[in-house]
Amino acid sequence: MKSVEEIKAAIEAAVPGAGVEFVPNPGPAAEHSLRLAPESALAVATFLRDDADLAFDFLSNVTGIDWPDKEIAEKAKVKRQVIKTVEGVDQQLEETVEETRKRVEPGCLEAVYHLYSIAKKHGPLVLRMKTANRSDQVELPSFTPVWRSAEFQEREIFDLYGIVFRGHPDLRRLLMWDGFKDHPMRKDYVEPDDYEYEPTAHDEVLKRAQEHKSREQGSGNREQGSGIA
Amino acid sequence: MSSTETKPERLEGWNRPPVIVPDGEGELLEVAMGPHHPSTHGVFRMDLALDGERVVRLKPVFGYLHRNHEKIAEQVSYLASMPYTDRLDYICSLTNNWAYALAVEKLAAQEVPERAQYIRVILAELTRIQNHASSIGFLIQEMGASGTPLMYAFKEREKILDLFESLTGSRMMCNYMRFGGCRVDVSAAWLDATRKVVAGLPAFIDEFEALLSSNEILMARTQGVGILKPDLAVNAGVSGPMLRASGVNYDIRKVDRYGIYDRFKFRVPLGDHGDVYDRYMMRVLEMRESIVILNQALKEIPLGPIMDPKAKIRGFRPKPGEAYGRIEAPKGELGFYLVSDGGPNPYRYRVRPPSLINLTVLEDMCLGQNVADVVLIFGSVDIVLGEVDR
Repeated sequence: MKSVEEIKAAIEAAVPGAGVEFVPNPGPAAEHSLRLAPESALAVATFLRDDADLAFDFLSNVTGIDWPDKEIAEKAKVKRQVIKTVEGVDQQLEETVEETRKRVEPGCLEAVYHLYSIAKKHGPLVLRMKTANRSDQVELPSFTPVWRSAEFQEREIFDLYGIVFRGHPDLRRLLMWDGFKDHPMRKDYVEPDDYEYEPTAHDEVLKRAQEHKSREQGSGNREQGSGIA
Repeated sequence: MSSTETKPERLEGWNRPPVIVPDGEGELLEVAMGPHHPSTHGVFRMDLALDGERVVRLKPVFGYLHRNHEKIAEQVSYLASMPYTDRLDYICSLTNNWAYALAVEKLAAQEVPERAQYIRVILAELTRIQNHASSIGFLIQEMGASGTPLMYAFKEREKILDLFESLTGSRMMCNYMRFGGCRVDVSAAWLDATRKVVAGLPAFIDEFEALLSSNEILMARTQGVGILKPDLAVNAGVSGPMLRASGVNYDIRKVDRYGIYDRFKFRVPLGDHGDVYDRYMMRVLEMRESIVILNQALKEIPLGPIMDPKAKIRGFRPKPGEAYGRIEAPKGELGFYLVSDGGPNPYRYRVRPPSLINLTVLEDMCLGQNVADVVLIFGSVDIVLGEVDR
């Protein structure tokens, strides 16, 4: 099989403006991947399937990954002018202070595809696509028109991660029920409050009952768990 | 009623384009088959639309057995998921173990000693035989031969499960493989017992075949039913015996040569028509090839360690990175995709379930068939709901 860099070059030659990005895999498996731009992804996928040399006719695995917003704390050394009293005399001294600065790296949802070729018996080629954010811009093009095997797997990602696949013929929840609201595989998913009344007067039971009551009054959290349509 | 007239109002809740009634003679009948139908191998539902006896739409409904295996695995350490992989496809827990161990070994670049490799091959091929035997038994059961053929299959399966029990302590939930080897060593007595069981297997398959392969009823019910074309099979990600029954030569044991499969001589049986009969035949022939592999492995198995001495059990933290490991499980391509962020538990843990993805083509195979054949076609896919819903 061609190396991932060679495949990237082949894609760029065939699909002008493909915007393919090489993503190295630092682990020992060294399965490097290609990140596709959502706008040209369908053209690239069709090329990968139909090209005689590459012939990636078998889309084996499709999955999602959640990358939540990350707060990164960086320590930076800052020089400051400090006035200090040394032996009764005010002196202006320069002091190096460590400061932690925080910045938020915006998160995204990622779809990962593992391609093999049955005709040429090579693979895997790993493709990935990123959504713009995790809340309102979660659309990605569907690969189901190119490879049918994405049909259920993209439905599963839609269900568990909340990526909306544009062009999917039948995008419904796969594993959770239709009335379900959240996406359970996201890292910040909160399990529904499935408290059951326990009539014992133990301290911890009473505490749980109290917490449950305040939650029920406080928000519409109950709707999430009992959303059987 | 003209042949192109549509009936959108009947299918509102399905969120689907309307069905075109082919003949326009009668009305469409909607049937929810399952989730408690005895032929659905567990809690699985098919929403059928029938035109008389013929199927014009089939939509599988999943999730009755969903427990979010992947989320649970992301919250515990790598090794703690090993017993849970048994519960995916509970018929073949040992191949599930192997697929997971393979992915983690790829992620952490671990070696597996020679003897452990042989043990893995022996156990995987035994698993394949007992899976295929019972899946054929279930298929015949669904054809209406209740009980007897299934008991013939289970009689042989029981011998293999006894071997599993004496080695791992459990008949089905084996929890046997470890990253970099296996949990306990096999004894000489166990190997002898295995040789005895394997020596008895060809006679069992001969008997099975004499009763079934040229049985008139089986042929009439299965030949030409549920045909799957090779190009659709490849495009829809179908794998395992189902793919090969359609004539596509793709066996991961031959292609990836994971473990030590490059050392054994065996053939890959291929089907011609891609119908239910070919799928049945594929499993019979694969059992025979598994016996060939088993005989070689049981002869050549060397002495030596069963665990990589450098393998770390406690405080196991693979370097950041990702890996996709896959094996030829009895039901198809079973893969595990793992992303590590350097922590003690996987950042992302994904099971590529062959049972779920093989069902992608269920509707294509069933359209135009009789409703009685849906049971057969579904049985010939060979699924386990624990793996479909995870």
